[in-house]
Amino acid sequence: MTVIGGGIAGLCAAIAARRGGAAVRLLEAAPQPLRGGNTRHGRNFRLTHETPLEHVPDRYTADELRAELRSVTGDGTDQVLTELLIERAHSIAGWLIEHGVHLQPPGTGVMPYSRRTAFPLGGGKAMINALYATADRLGIAISYDSEARSLLRAEDEGWTISVRSAGADDSIRTRSVVVCAGGPGADPAWLSDNFGSAAEGWMVRGTPYSDGRLLDLLIAAGGCAIGDPTTCHAVPVDARGPQFDGGIVTRITSIPLGLVVDRSGARIDVAGAGSQPTHYAKWGPKIAICPGQIAYLLLDAAGLARAAPSALAPVTAPNLGELAAALQIDPTGLLQSIEDFNAAPVNAARPIAVPPFAAYPMRPGLTFVHYGIKVDATMRVVQADGHRHDDLFAAGMIMAANVLRRGYLAGLGITLSAVFGQIAGEEAARHVRG
Amino acid sequence: MSAADKMSEAERVLRICSACMYCDGLCPVFPVIDGKHSFSLSDVSYLSNLCHNCQGCWHDCQYAPPHPFAVNLPATFAELRQRSYADHLWPPALGRVFRASSLAVPATVALALLITFGLVLDTDSSALLTAHAGEGAFYRVLPWPAMAGLAGGTFAWAVIAVTLATLRYWHTIAPQVTVREIVRALPAALSDIITLRHLGGGGPGCHDHDERTSQRRRILHHLTAGGFVLNGLSTIAASAYHHLLGVVAPSPVASLSVMLGLVGGVTMTVGAVGLLALEARSDREPSDRGETRLNVAFLILLALVGASGLAVLGFRSTPAMGLLLTTHLGLVFGLFAALPFSKALHAPFRAAALLRVAIDSRRRTLARAPEASGDTP
Repeated sequence: MTVIGGGIAGLCAAIAARRGGAAVRLLEAAPQPLRGGNTRHGRNFRLTHETPLEHVPDRYTADELRAELRSVTGDGTDQVLTELLIERAHSIAGWLIEHGVHLQPPGTGVMPYSRRTAFPLGGGKAMINALYATADRLGIAISYDSEARSLLRAEDEGWTISVRSAGADDSIRTRSVVVCAGGPGADPAWLSDNFGSAAEGWMVRGTPYSDGRLLDLLIAAGGCAIGDPTTCHAVPVDARGPQFDGGIVTRITSIPLGLVVDRSGARIDVAGAGSQPTHYAKWGPKIAICPGQIAYLLLDAAGLARAAPSALAPVTAPNLGELAAALQIDPTGLLQSIEDFNAAPVNAARPIAVPPFAAYPMRPGLTFVHYGIKVDATMRVVQADGHRHDDLFAAGMIMAANVLRRGYLAGLGITLSAVFGQIAGEEAARHVRG
Repeated sequence: MSAADKMSEAERVLRICSACMYCDGLCPVFPVIDGKHSFSLSDVSYLSNLCHNCQGCWHDCQYAPPHPFAVNLPATFAELRQRSYADHLWPPALGRVFRASSLAVPATVALALLITFGLVLDTDSSALLTAHAGEGAFYRVLPWPAMAGLAGGTFAWAVIAVTLATLRYWHTIAPQVTVREIVRALPAALSDIITLRHLGGGGPGCHDHDERTSQRRRILHHLTAGGFVLNGLSTIAASAYHHLLGVVAPSPVASLSVMLGLVGGVTMTVGAVGLLALEARSDREPSDRGETRLNVAFLILLALVGASGLAVLGFRSTPAMGLLLTTHLGLVFGLFAALPFSKALHAPFRAAALLRVAIDSRRRTLARAPEASGDTP
């Protein structure tokens, strides 16, 4: 069987299928140093537990997870899949540890206290490295730099995948396919089609390889789409960062400490965004509707001293006039906005008064799209006519919209991908072995 | 890269690390930079020696090349470590010698060998190839005053120069620490120093090459350092026999000094050769050529000292004894003479950094306030 995509979902599918007795090939579109999809940028994953464990304190029950999921997604999620996710979120940490992943004990380093999530030691890429080493040891054939270009139903049974591998075209016959190629969104053309010309001002926080090509292929092969291709999870990121793969470090975290203006110098605010981590997801879409999809966070020296560091040093100037010039913002509008703001600062902010002054140019950073392929409880792709192939599966962010119609919970991406990846791998192995 | 370029590269990389913090469980470097926006020269001098070069943060880094951020903290620290040695050497003029350390160390050892052989030949030109036996046999090759003088002189030089360099370094990284704080933090620091806990990469071990981890380097380092200490104790035991008990070298095989020397010599030689083998297979990208040369020069020297010492013990009743003893003594004098501008500096400097981190963690009564974890991509 063949797994397409080498992030956490693909690795879990491949390992589960191999342990289930199947011969497994894994196609990863990225070159080896950039392997692992968006799991490279993951920090923690959500898990349920009734008692404190070595890698997570306190307790977090299935009922709590169910309630929190419902509070962000509302109605309309697939109840069967949601229950599967909740049930398996209990065993995920043990499974990962068993397959070579090291988790960071609570209270070490500077991790925030979290009873809902566990942290891989060294972060997502370290976890990915461990799982690749395990996959290799189990005899899974891993091909990097290998992009599935087409997916065709074979005459008798199984599938033919045409693969572009390191520039050369190849064709693979396989009895079963598990597609774990990530959600759409990293392809600029796909973004423009769904978000219009405004998408030109967007940045993609994750891997450029999660480009939606496989989603298009699945839909072209009769698969049923699910969710809304025009809604996404987006947060403010540094406009000077890389177009792709900025990950966690370009996220601008100190909006509650300052004032945001657009490129005309007019103040921008999000009513009720507050200072909680949830404010990120409210600000991303807000910046997306600013002229040119750009906004500027202004801080004074005192605000900057309270801000957490981010990857790139802010633009600084000794006075507001020079700051406006450096940012190419109309100084009159900017000074007026600051005057109004200083009269009544919001959130945790204080008046912007102490030089030197600092600014972060911000753009919307796309994290993931609430759109994907519909699957059933065995992760088989559901066709538009209700029929399903018994040898075509999908897992991971490409089908996350079955559960996550809207919103997001911290650490859910990895959990969801790992859980559904495992199920897809188990089912595919069962099918292949008859 | 110029010194200024290295410093700005360090600031660029550390800023990204401080914004990321995914490596906070790997070693004490990351908790130290948590929340920091800017880094001074003394900060990087401290951090680069706190780094044990386990390379976990290189393999775990989502911003390592070919990512445009091209983060390579181990290589950045390796360069800065050498600068921190050069900036604090005593006497300060040694800084220039240090910049050519990979030449200066072998040259110093060659000179020491030359002087030792010269003294031996000057005393008795046949001593090199004649079998000597019985009490005082060693001193018929190199008379006791010359042996004690060279040994004492080079040893005193090494101790004084390394101690003063370490004090200068301590003054840079911990200018405002009370003696009481040092004493309080000492148990924790000593435990980190002796166990090399941070070569464990937060648990799984360190990376010899590629992304797999092992405890190999830590074990080999323990053998090398432990052997070095045992050899020192062996020398002390031998002089105690000589001065307190009147037993003149060579001591009997069953004596404490020979036993310590035998075990120390074997472990130090095995450890140094093993570390050299790891060095040969190690990844070049997350390392610095200058530091690699430093490591190799020092490890070869330790292996030669250990192996020649064992050879003296093995062949001390044959005609080769004189030649072997002279070579061994020359290497030992060379080792002590070169110590203050060799890789040996990493030991006291890292110990100082570990002491400071232990002091700081005692000072930090409260960790960061509990907060919800942010969104994860």
